[in-house]
Amino acid sequence: MSSIAQYLLNGLMQGTIYGLVAIGFTIFFGVMNVIKFSHGDVLTFGAFGGLVAAWVATALGFPIWLELVFVIVAAVMASAVIGAVIAQGLVLPLKDAPPLNMLLMTMMVGTAIRECIRLFFPNGTNPQKFPELLPSGGFDLSGIYFRYDGLILIAAGIAFIFLVQWIINRTRLGLAIRAVAEDGETARTMGINFTLTVVIAFAIGSMTAGVAGALYGLYYSEINYGMGLILAIIGFSAAIVGGLGNIWGAIIGGYLFAGLQTAVVAFLPALSDYKNVIALIVVVALIAWRPTGLLAERGSERV
Amino acid sequence: MTMISMKGTAGQIISSILVTVFLAGSLIAILEIEDQRELGICVAVIAVLSFIMPRLGILRSAEQAGAHHPWAVRSIILIGFFSVLLILRDNNFALLMIATILIYATVCLGITIQTGYAGLFNFAGAAFLGTGGYTAAMLGNVTWLPDAVTIILGGIIAAALGTLLILPVLRTRGHYAALTTLAFGVLFNGFLEANELLGGPQGLKVPGIQMFGWDFSNDLAIGSYTFSFYANYVLLIGAIFAVFMMFTRFVERSWIGIWLDAVRLDEIAASVFGLKVSVWKSFAFIAGNFLAGVMGAVYAKMTAFIAPANFTFGDSLLLVAIVLLGGIGNRWGVLIATMIVILLPEKLQFIQEYRLLLFSCVIIMLLMVRPAGLLARRVRVFEELR
Repeated sequence: MSSIAQYLLNGLMQGTIYGLVAIGFTIFFGVMNVIKFSHGDVLTFGAFGGLVAAWVATALGFPIWLELVFVIVAAVMASAVIGAVIAQGLVLPLKDAPPLNMLLMTMMVGTAIRECIRLFFPNGTNPQKFPELLPSGGFDLSGIYFRYDGLILIAAGIAFIFLVQWIINRTRLGLAIRAVAEDGETARTMGINFTLTVVIAFAIGSMTAGVAGALYGLYYSEINYGMGLILAIIGFSAAIVGGLGNIWGAIIGGYLFAGLQTAVVAFLPALSDYKNVIALIVVVALIAWRPTGLLAERGSERV
Repeated sequence: MTMISMKGTAGQIISSILVTVFLAGSLIAILEIEDQRELGICVAVIAVLSFIMPRLGILRSAEQAGAHHPWAVRSIILIGFFSVLLILRDNNFALLMIATILIYATVCLGITIQTGYAGLFNFAGAAFLGTGGYTAAMLGNVTWLPDAVTIILGGIIAAALGTLLILPVLRTRGHYAALTTLAFGVLFNGFLEANELLGGPQGLKVPGIQMFGWDFSNDLAIGSYTFSFYANYVLLIGAIFAVFMMFTRFVERSWIGIWLDAVRLDEIAASVFGLKVSVWKSFAFIAGNFLAGVMGAVYAKMTAFIAPANFTFGDSLLLVAIVLLGGIGNRWGVLIATMIVILLPEKLQFIQEYRLLLFSCVIIMLLMVRPAGLLARRVRVFEELR
């Protein structure tokens, strides 16, 4: 019983991270119809930004709660800035290019970020230890052990998901983003600054990666330069399986993927090395079954 | 009239000789020069020359020679190939590099058929190469099986594994299809590292090739010349490359190529005209993966050792980058781009470590400035001027 609850908590944590990554993919796709594959490496960049912030905070002797805030803000800002730079400098100029070029370009941007971290971050080839800033320990509830840090992180992640969803659906800025996503030309004639809106949307999407990166670092206490690649693939497939362009779909996709992984680890421990392989096979099968995702964007195909 | 056409023919033949000599000379120079400064100057000179050549019309003329006098051009290339082999006969490293270039170029030909002709994304080139390699490794202990069969089986198993991806690739489109190959390319590595039977992260040993009653690990003696044993592999790989090059040419120039173009450019219009879109997409996907698998098997046998680290997602990206650099759909562009991508980081030591970073930046720039690639594929001309 308790072990199942343990798996469940772990799966919830992973699902929150995957969901956050998938939301980014969905926002980029909704706004510009692009797959920004550098998203995973933006996440890595954010996590390393948070790590540097932690070093600075330790050097300045900040109290631990301030250090925590500092780390998360730094991670979010780092990824938001780099996301905005990529949108302004690379995605917007190529917006009329064929999808393959765009996909390849963002992959190459991701590779460039990954390689830069590996080559230029001090000792970047090796995994980096992420400081443990959350209260360790936990409490026992009828035989189930809850880790404080896990609960806090899951709550923070879900809170951020709701924040993004609120920004998109309830604010004027969100209205502008949705207008651009619906029809860029018309949005322009309505007086919406197209470029600025796209860049802000990319910054918001990248912030989710920054939060996911900080959560990852705080939960696993270790980050490395290559962690973004697999997270990008998982986040991408989660976004597709839920239906690209749909925020709730992305979140469902993220938890579904984590659920599949957890199920493999819990019920087929012999195959736990292959948990990503098995989860992705199931996801690809789901995609083959429903090519536009579980919660499909409504609309018909133009010929 | 005859004079002019004769002159035209002669001009074309001379241009193709010039281009072949230039490529062979550059290859030998880059492979033979050891001093880093001299090498830098040499690369700069080659870059300037290759900038000037197309402007003198030599490239265009050589291209026409290829269209009008294919066998003459093929013999010129063959002579060039054997001259390079003769000059570099005792340089193990150089021969290994040439073999590697031809292997990668063949895989990229496969991707050219998939992406360039049929418009299918394949971000798992290295995984299919690896499938062929691991097939050769697993069949290495089966001694009664001739190596020629092993190599072909490498291709067949890679193509068969690829068919598992066909259903999701056909059902989905664009971004969704890209994910399928992407996921396969990344997971292939994770699968190999976790699998004990396939050697895990340490990889597997692979026995060398024995073919036509000849052990490929022996030095080759022809007349008074002794060739390093790598020459065996270069000859075999060169022959396979030539066959696949002609196969790709056949695909491009036959009706199949036109059908594939139609499928790539507008699926719905193609299906309206009665083309079975899924059949031709499957054909392109299977053919391309077969090419990769065959070369994977030869690669494994040549290097005598394979590990998951040889077939990472980064390598798959590099393959796509080569195809793009050469010009999507251009067969000869692929070969030249492979030379650049494989050779330069291997010889110019200061860029070795920064290889991936450098290529990613080059590709980003290329996509911004010249998205059709260095040597763009030409639009079909159905009726050439007579």
